[in-house]
Parts: sequence; structure tokens; C-alpha cells
Amino acid sequence: MPNLKSPLQVSGGPEQRRFLGDVDAMAGVHVEACYQCGKCSGGCPLSFAMDYQPRQIMRLIQMGLADEALASSTIWVCATCFTCTSRCPRDVDIAGVMDVLRVMARRRGIRPGDRNVGVFHRAFLSSIRRFGRSYELGLMIGYKLGTLRLTEDLPLGVRMLAKGKLAIFPAVAKGRKEVAAIFDEAEKGVAADAVKPAGAAGKGGK
Amino acid sequence: MTAETMRYAYYPGCSLHSTAREYDLSVKAVARAAGVELLEIPDWNCCGASSAHVTDPFLGFALPARTLAQGEEMGLDIMAPCAACYGRLMAAKEEAHRHPDFVRRFEAASGRRFSAKRPVLNVLEFLTAEKVAPAIGAAVKRPLSGLKVASYYGCLLVRPPKVTHFDDAERPVIMDRVLETIGATPVDFPFKTECCGASLGISRVDLVIELAARIVEAAKGAGAEAIAVACPLCQTNLDGRQAAAATKRRETFGLPVYYVTQLVGLALGLRPAALGLGRQTVDTMGLLRQKKLA
Amino acid sequence: MKRVGVFLCWCGSNIAGTVDVGKVAEQVRRLPGVVYVEENKYTCSEPGQASLIKAVKERKLDRVVVASCSPRLHEPTFRRTVEAAGLNPYFFEMANVREHCSWVHPDKETATPKAFDIVRKAVAKALRLEALSRGSIAIEKKALVVGGGIAGIQAALDIADAGHKVILLEREPTIGGRMAQLDKTFPTLDCSSCILTPKMVDAAKHPNITLYSYSELEKVEGYIGNFTVTIRKKARGVDEILCTGCGMCQTKCPIKVSSEFDEGMGQRKAIYSPFPQAVPNKPVIDRVNCTFYKTGKCKICEKFCEAKAIRFDQEDTILEEKVGAIVMATGFDLFDVTRYGEYGYGLYPNVITSMQLERLINASGPTEGKIKKPSDHEIPKSVAFILCVGSRDEQKGTTYCSRACCMYSIKHAMQYRDKVKDGRAYVFYMDIRTPGKSYEEFYKRAAVDYGVEFIRGRPSKIYGRGGKLIVKAEDTLLGRPIEVEVEMVVLAPAMVSRHDAAKMAQTLSVSYDGYGFLTEAHPKLRPVETNTAGIFLAGACQGPKDIPDTVAQASAAGAKVIGLLSHDTMATEPMIARVNEALCSGCLWCKPICPYKAIDGKTIQEKIAGKLVSRQVAAVNSGLCHGCGACTVACRDGAMNLAGFTNDQMLAEVDELLGWYDRPARSAD
Repeated sequence: MPNLKSPLQVSGGPEQRRFLGDVDAMAGVHVEACYQCGKCSGGCPLSFAMDYQPRQIMRLIQMGLADEALASSTIWVCATCFTCTSRCPRDVDIAGVMDVLRVMARRRGIRPGDRNVGVFHRAFLSSIRRFGRSYELGLMIGYKLGTLRLTEDLPLGVRMLAKGKLAIFPAVAKGRKEVAAIFDEAEKGVAADAVKPAGAAGKGGK
Repeated sequence: MTAETMRYAYYPGCSLHSTAREYDLSVKAVARAAGVELLEIPDWNCCGASSAHVTDPFLGFALPARTLAQGEEMGLDIMAPCAACYGRLMAAKEEAHRHPDFVRRFEAASGRRFSAKRPVLNVLEFLTAEKVAPAIGAAVKRPLSGLKVASYYGCLLVRPPKVTHFDDAERPVIMDRVLETIGATPVDFPFKTECCGASLGISRVDLVIELAARIVEAAKGAGAEAIAVACPLCQTNLDGRQAAAATKRRETFGLPVYYVTQLVGLALGLRPAALGLGRQTVDTMGLLRQKKLA
Repeated sequence: MKRVGVFLCWCGSNIAGTVDVGKVAEQVRRLPGVVYVEENKYTCSEPGQASLIKAVKERKLDRVVVASCSPRLHEPTFRRTVEAAGLNPYFFEMANVREHCSWVHPDKETATPKAFDIVRKAVAKALRLEALSRGSIAIEKKALVVGGGIAGIQAALDIADAGHKVILLEREPTIGGRMAQLDKTFPTLDCSSCILTPKMVDAAKHPNITLYSYSELEKVEGYIGNFTVTIRKKARGVDEILCTGCGMCQTKCPIKVSSEFDEGMGQRKAIYSPFPQAVPNKPVIDRVNCTFYKTGKCKICEKFCEAKAIRFDQEDTILEEKVGAIVMATGFDLFDVTRYGEYGYGLYPNVITSMQLERLINASGPTEGKIKKPSDHEIPKSVAFILCVGSRDEQKGTTYCSRACCMYSIKHAMQYRDKVKDGRAYVFYMDIRTPGKSYEEFYKRAAVDYGVEFIRGRPSKIYGRGGKLIVKAEDTLLGRPIEVEVEMVVLAPAMVSRHDAAKMAQTLSVSYDGYGFLTEAHPKLRPVETNTAGIFLAGACQGPKDIPDTVAQASAAGAKVIGLLSHDTMATEPMIARVNEALCSGCLWCKPICPYKAIDGKTIQEKIAGKLVSRQVAAVNSGLCHGCGACTVACRDGAMNLAGFTNDQMLAEVDELLGWYDRPARSAD
């Protein structure tokens, strides 16, 4: 628990529940139904590596503590394995909520709570956008430059090249322009959402 | 069985064309031996894996939808051996059913029609499909007797259960049954569906090493000599990181991680090279020779 | 000329808060037929009723309309009031301006004219009301109690002690139910059998109680005071009169089968009595597993029976009984925990249910009271108790809380710690629910005096590692993921309805909910009655509960039955269907429509054109008819009418609302 300077103030009007409403709308869930049983955190394979347990992320949302939730490493360490979702007794799609938080964090310009994971996803997507398919060698190079972990996994990479499992040149999809158009459409939607007046629940992408 | 019923639109996904080339080889070899035609979707694109859906919801559904739309155009059911791609395709279908707005937006952006009505099969559904299973069963030449294999299902074949509707999310058995059909001895163990870490395999290797350690250790503890998988990410994590995992646990593991189709192919009498055996990190051939299976 | 009095109720602010009652009164005054209008704050109160009676007498009213709440609440009240004022109680009509108006609309501007509409509709009907008189039916002074667990036994004893005859029906070979399976009961830790068996014997020996054990309820026909029930006495294969209960047959029988009473933790023979203190203490032959019925061989029990009581060719007998009241006390089953693949039940032998643990802890159980691991029969050095397995789970189980599991799991943990002094007991919970007397103190004793450890976190997975079991959960109070290694796990399954509860409910025409629990008439005020007159509920068949609540409910049901059987006759509502034989063509379309099988054909003789003609018409059994009105809709000739809701009364309401009468239109306000 962080050292707080004073107790958490819960007062004022329904605006403190706005974040909860936005998450609910975007994920199609009822986070307020969560009764904090802990079954999600108990089964999460990566909970040991998270700063907040998945259950605590639900609690942060319920209490309107958006900044803490969106800046957590939890949402980036989450592997979206859906174990939590499949076991939740209140039928909350927790993995879906994690996705929504990641999207929201990015849109609000909040740096990913796990830097390497953030770099990886950016590198992966820029590869897809260019070629329509994953160019793994290019992705690895981009990732290494982004994280400056230049020698990590070098032996594995070399082995894969030797076994013919890593292409030197990218495989380019014929329809890569169509793929790029999909990326453009996604970005258009985000910009449109950002322009929407206050009070509209973010429904990006649907 | 007419030729008509044994054709599928085939979606290899990015990994099967590179780091998981042996999976692609073995899937195609098994299909051929069973008389099934796999027609690769000519202009498939990356499903977006996890990176797309963690970044933007529309992107996360539209990328796999594009491939699905092409499969529909081919007029065939779609088979995707990569569990992650399978998971994304099923998610896109589910999204299309829940939110018709998404379909409209996708069709406008891509210029393609998308009905989300074509069945999508994962590799296990393919191997046990009504018309395919007997063909495989009939083609078994060399049952893998005495080979004790733990079936590792991973996450995305069985979860979320309301999307994939495949097997049991906590105690699946279909891969075990496939192994039985080819004469191997399936070994039950409690980590069949525990996550391997998926794409964290690159960005957080430390975590994947821990997860791989748990899974391999549990399989070995249950008496398995090998692990069967149906996903390239799972394979890379359990195979490529096994040595580091063993070091972390101060143990030796030495469990080869086979694609389930490689094992099926062996049982059908296909040559190891044709199945891409030998391209994996943990030695795959030693055990097979020891059991006189190759 | 009719003289209608209209009494408008404020109901405090319930009605007056949203309806301008004064304005409505003004408009009602102008309605044809209305000679008196009064407003009351609470018409149902004593002063309210007194005022009504006074008005009827002084103003010589012959029809009364009360505009207030739902008839479900106070129609009987006001009928009595009207009767006390000297009028036929059926010259009364109620206008619901609360549940149908003031409680569902927030706006006075629109609610007020609607309230006026409701009242004028009621006045239009009131002008056409007929005098009706109640019927009377005889009451059979005998009760049937279905289920011989503690609920059934208690209800039967209470009714029998009041001097009425009772049939106690139990499907198992012995009465005693679930309580007989238990070792000790919370919070006193009384020995369950010690407090149960005296009551079992009382019930068996009571001069007013006839016990049919190993019997099933096949059919129920009739109505309150006059039920005809068909009972199937299943063949035990043993002559109950000759059998001395010596038990030799059970000792000698070579066939061993998993014991249902021991929840699969022990075995019984093919000829068996479920437990030593069974009542009646006569065995039963399990024809599915008995060698004789499979191959014609063996017959060892017959050979050794000194009383010559074995009867292999015995058959089921069917008998009919007439009763006036029925109490349902059929109990509960436990949730099938194999649905939780993540908990490993069925995969790991040392993962068991709480009821299985009861059988182990019970001194007369399969392990003579020692808690032994099924895997190797050693005493476990650590046990985890998992609450809410199936309960409070919308995704895989039931939504509700099963009420008794917190307490009995704490009890189990205490018992384990008492027997295994250096053992560790962990209770994994979401909430600890201790609503009863001395329950919270019991919880504290467990932690302080017995060293039970409580971990707040619903486990996500239980798996085996190195011969032990790992419980994977989050300690939510610490906020950390934990893995607890134990040697045994006890799951607390949800209490669910019996697997055939729905079928049983349909046999009785009693409502049941989505979970198969039988539905009470009102959740707060009528917890032991059903919506089927004459059928009452007791115990867990109505919903999960513990023993104190079960016994209380059983006595309550008993009291209701005693009240019913204390009369020789009872009045019946006259609002039932009646046939205008002159119009009836005898097509009998109404007959299959009637859900209560209250309509049949009858032959009448009429003089037509000088000749005596026999023809068929429909006839309504006034005892069975519930006045639902379905037949009146089906009747093509308009011959069927519902007293109190006749066709012309209903049409008058419609005409009034649509304003077809030649009257000055009412103003827009």
C-alpha cells in the first residue's frame, strides 16, 4: 500500500462514479456487481507479478480511482488468458475490463505501467501496419531498439534463423493497403470519440 | 465422403510461416494423409494477436474479420491451427453477433462483406471433425505405444467458454482423446489450461520462464515424458524457455514439446523431417528413437 | 335506483402524495348512481371502517366502492366491513388507485385523471353487482405430511398432538432425513441423533400418526378439505409384521454396495437398513443389486432369517387416502460439485463434500468417527474448508446464499481441531454469515478457542502436488495471492431442491421457482402457505435453511393445518364459474381449458316443443373451480359466466372507460 498523505476523500456528486460508468459501457459489464471475492486474483497466473491484484483493479474502478488503475503495471502484465472471466461468480468479464483499461490508458496518453510490454505492442503493430503480416525479425529489431535490450535472446534468435524459423525478409500481404485502411479507420474512431462532448460513455470501436 | 466435404479454408497465421514452420508442415502433412484439402486463404493478414486488442477495440476485431471475410468468400469452413488466431477469429464473430454496428463499420473500411456465419475450427476440432476423424483413424500405421504425453491446451482454445464453446474450460479432454486414438498414453496433469504467458514471451521473459517452469514441472511430476501443444506461442514458451525454467528450478526437465499434429503425423507413418521434427529447441528425436517410434 | 357510496382513501401519503384526492372526489360526485362520497386518511383503520358502516346505514347505501390499495390486501377486510353494515358483502367493489396508479406514476397531473378513470370504472361495475352467497364444503379431518425428515416429523407430531389424524409419508426406508446423517448440530454441538431419534420414535408410536415408509406419493386430486391422494407402498421384500429387526440378513448378505446414507464414504448390503436407529427398523431389499433378482440364485438372507420374513415376490401396493390438508416437507439435495472442474472433486479422492465429512465424523459412520483421508485412511494434518461451492455464483451455480454452510463449516473446523490437536484448519470464505442466536459467538469461539484459521478469499483452483492438495486463492485482506498446502479439502455445496422437486410440485399443482424450491404464498407474511389452498410448506423444500428455522416453520405449518382441521366445514368463495344451461350447447370446449379439471358434462332433461329431451350441458364443480375465468373466454355461446366478474359487468367497465354512454363528456382536468 502506498504511503498516503491523508485518507481517501469520498464526497461530492455522482461524478466520482463516471469512470465506473465509462468502463461498464465500453466493456459491456457491471463492475459494480463485483463483490471482491478474490477468485480472479486467486487463479490469475500472473497475479504474483502485478502491483495491484485484478480484484483490486475492480475496486479502484468502483471507487473512481482511474489514475491508479490506468497507470498500474497490472493491466500490462495481464496476459488476457481469461481465467478470471471464466471463473467470476458475478459473471464480470475481468479480462475484457483489462483490455478497456489498456485502451483508455493509451488514449489518455498514460505511459504503460510496464515499459517493455508497451514497446512490444507498438513494435508489433507497426510491423502489421506496414506489411499486413508479422515480420518477426523486424519486430525483434524494433523491440530491441525500443527497449535497448540488445543482447537478450540473441542466442535464441540465432538458433531460429539457423533452423529456418525466422525470415530475413518480410512476408508481405497482398492486401496490406487494406490492412492499413483498417488501421486508419481505427484511428478515425478514436479521434471522433475524443471530440464527443462530456457525458458520452466511450464506446470506441463498436 | 466426397471431395467437397473435406476441404477447409486454411488460416496459418504469422507464426506458422516463420517461427512455427513445423506446425504448418505437420498440419498440412496430416491433412494430406487424411485426404483433406487445405486451401490457404490467399490474402490473409495478421489476426492482431494481443497487440491489436490491447490498443484499440475496432482494430482488435477488424483485423481477424478481414481474414474471416475472405474465408467466407471461399465458401468453406475455416481452420486455424494457431490457438491465438483461433481465439481472435471467434472473438470477431462474437463481436459481429453482438454489435451489428461493428460489421457496418468493418465493411465500410475494408470493402468486404462479413456475415460471421461460417464455422471456425481449431486444430483439435479439425482432427476430431465428423468426416476427418475416421479418415485419420483409418490411416494410423504406427501407434505411438508407450509414449506418455501430457496434453497442454493453454488458454485460448477453451476460454472464454462462452465464445469458444470448446471442450471443458477446466478439465478438457479432447486432445487427450486424440492422443489415445494414435496409441499414445495421455497423462493427466493439473496445469492443462494454465496460461504460458503468450506474448509476454518477448517483453517479459522472466514471467514466461516462471509460468513455463510451473507447467513443465507439473507435467513431469505427473509422469509425462513429453508435452503436446496446439499453439505456436505455447510451443515457443514451453520449448524455447524450458532450459531457463529448469535452471530457475534447479532441476532438469528435458520434456520435448511436440505439436499435436507432429505426433498424429508420426502415427500415420510420416517421416519426421516431413513433420518438421528437429526444428524444436528441446530435442524431439531422442525420445522417439528410445521408444522405437522413429 | 341504486345508491352507490364511494370511499376515497388517502392511504396517508401513499395515494394522496400523487393523486389529488379532493379533485377526484369532486368528479366522482357527479357520476350517475353515486349518492355519497367520502375521503379517509386510512379507510382500513378502525375509524375508517366505522365511518363506512355509519355512512351505509345513514345514507341507505346499497352499493359500496372503496378506492384504495390492491384487493389482494384489503378486499377481505372491506367485505367484512360491508357485511357488518348489513349489506351483502358482494355488493362491494374495490378500485385500486395505489398499486395501479399512485405507486407507479410520479406525476400528479397525469395520475389524478387516471385515478378518476379507475374509480368511475369501478362505479360502473358496482351498479351491476349481484348478491352472492358463500358455499360450504366439508373438511376431512386428516392431514398428509410428505417427507419424514425433522420438518415432516415435527409437523406431524404437532398436528397429531392436537387430536387430528396424520399420515406421514417417507420415500426412504426410514424416517429421519438429513438430521440422521449429521453428527453434531450447531451452535450447541448437540448430538444430532440424540435429539432426533426420540422424535422419530414418538412419530412412529403416536396413536394419531400412520407412518408409510418406503412409499411415494403418486397422485393428488381434489381440493382443500377434500384431497384424494394415491400412495405407492414400495415392496421392501420383507414382511414388516414378522420381521424382528434382528439384522442377521444384513450381516450375512454377500453383496456390498456404496451406501447412499454414507454419501459414498461407506458401504451397505443389498438387503439393508440405512442406519442402526432406523425407524421402522425393518430392512429393504435393493432389487437392482440383489443377486436373486439378477440371477435367481443366492437367497442367503431367507436362509438365515429366523422369523421367515423374507418375501422376494412382494409387490408394490397402491392405496388411496382422503385428507383435508397436505404439508410438503420433502427437504433438499446438495449441488453437484463436479461442475467445478477447478476444484478437482472426483479427480482427487481427498476432496470431499461437507456431508461426506459428516459421515466420517459421525461415530456410527463408516470410519467410526475418525476423520480419515479416503486415499490412504490416514488422519489428515491439515484441512481446508471451502465455502460457497455453487452458492452465490451466477456463472456456474445458484445465485442465492445457502444459509447454513458458514455455520456448519465452522462447526466442522472446530470438530477437526478438537480431534486433531496439532492439525491446521483453514476456512476459505467471502463472508461469514451468523444470523442466529449464539451464532456469532460460535464463530469467535472457533477462532479463539479452537484455533481455526479464517482466510477471506474464494479459492480459484485446487490441485494435487506431491500427494498433497494446493488451494490457490487470494488472501483479499492482505491483497496477496496465496497457495495453501493441505491434506484434505471439504467443499460446502449449495443446498438445492430435490432432483424431482418440479415433478412433485406438478403432482400437487403447487408453484415452484426457477431453482425448484416450492413457492410460499407471500415471502413475508405467509411463509408456510402456498397459493394452492390446503397445501402447506415446511423446511428446506421451500428454501435453504438450518434446523431451528426448519422446526419453527414445521410447527407453523402444523398450526395452519390444525386451524383448518378444527372446523367441520369451510366457506368457499362464490366467485366461480356458472353455466347458463339455456344457452349452453354442450360442446364442452370449456372442459379441456380448465386447469383445475373442474368442468364436466352432465345430462339434463328439457321440455322442447312438448317433448322431453335429454341433452348435455357443462357443469362446474364448485369445490374445484378457482374462478380463473378461462372457460368463460372459451365458451362460444356466452353461456359460461364468472360470478363477480360477469360478462356484462366487465363490458360495463369497458364501455365506461371508452365513454360510449350518452353522458356529458367529462372535463379534461
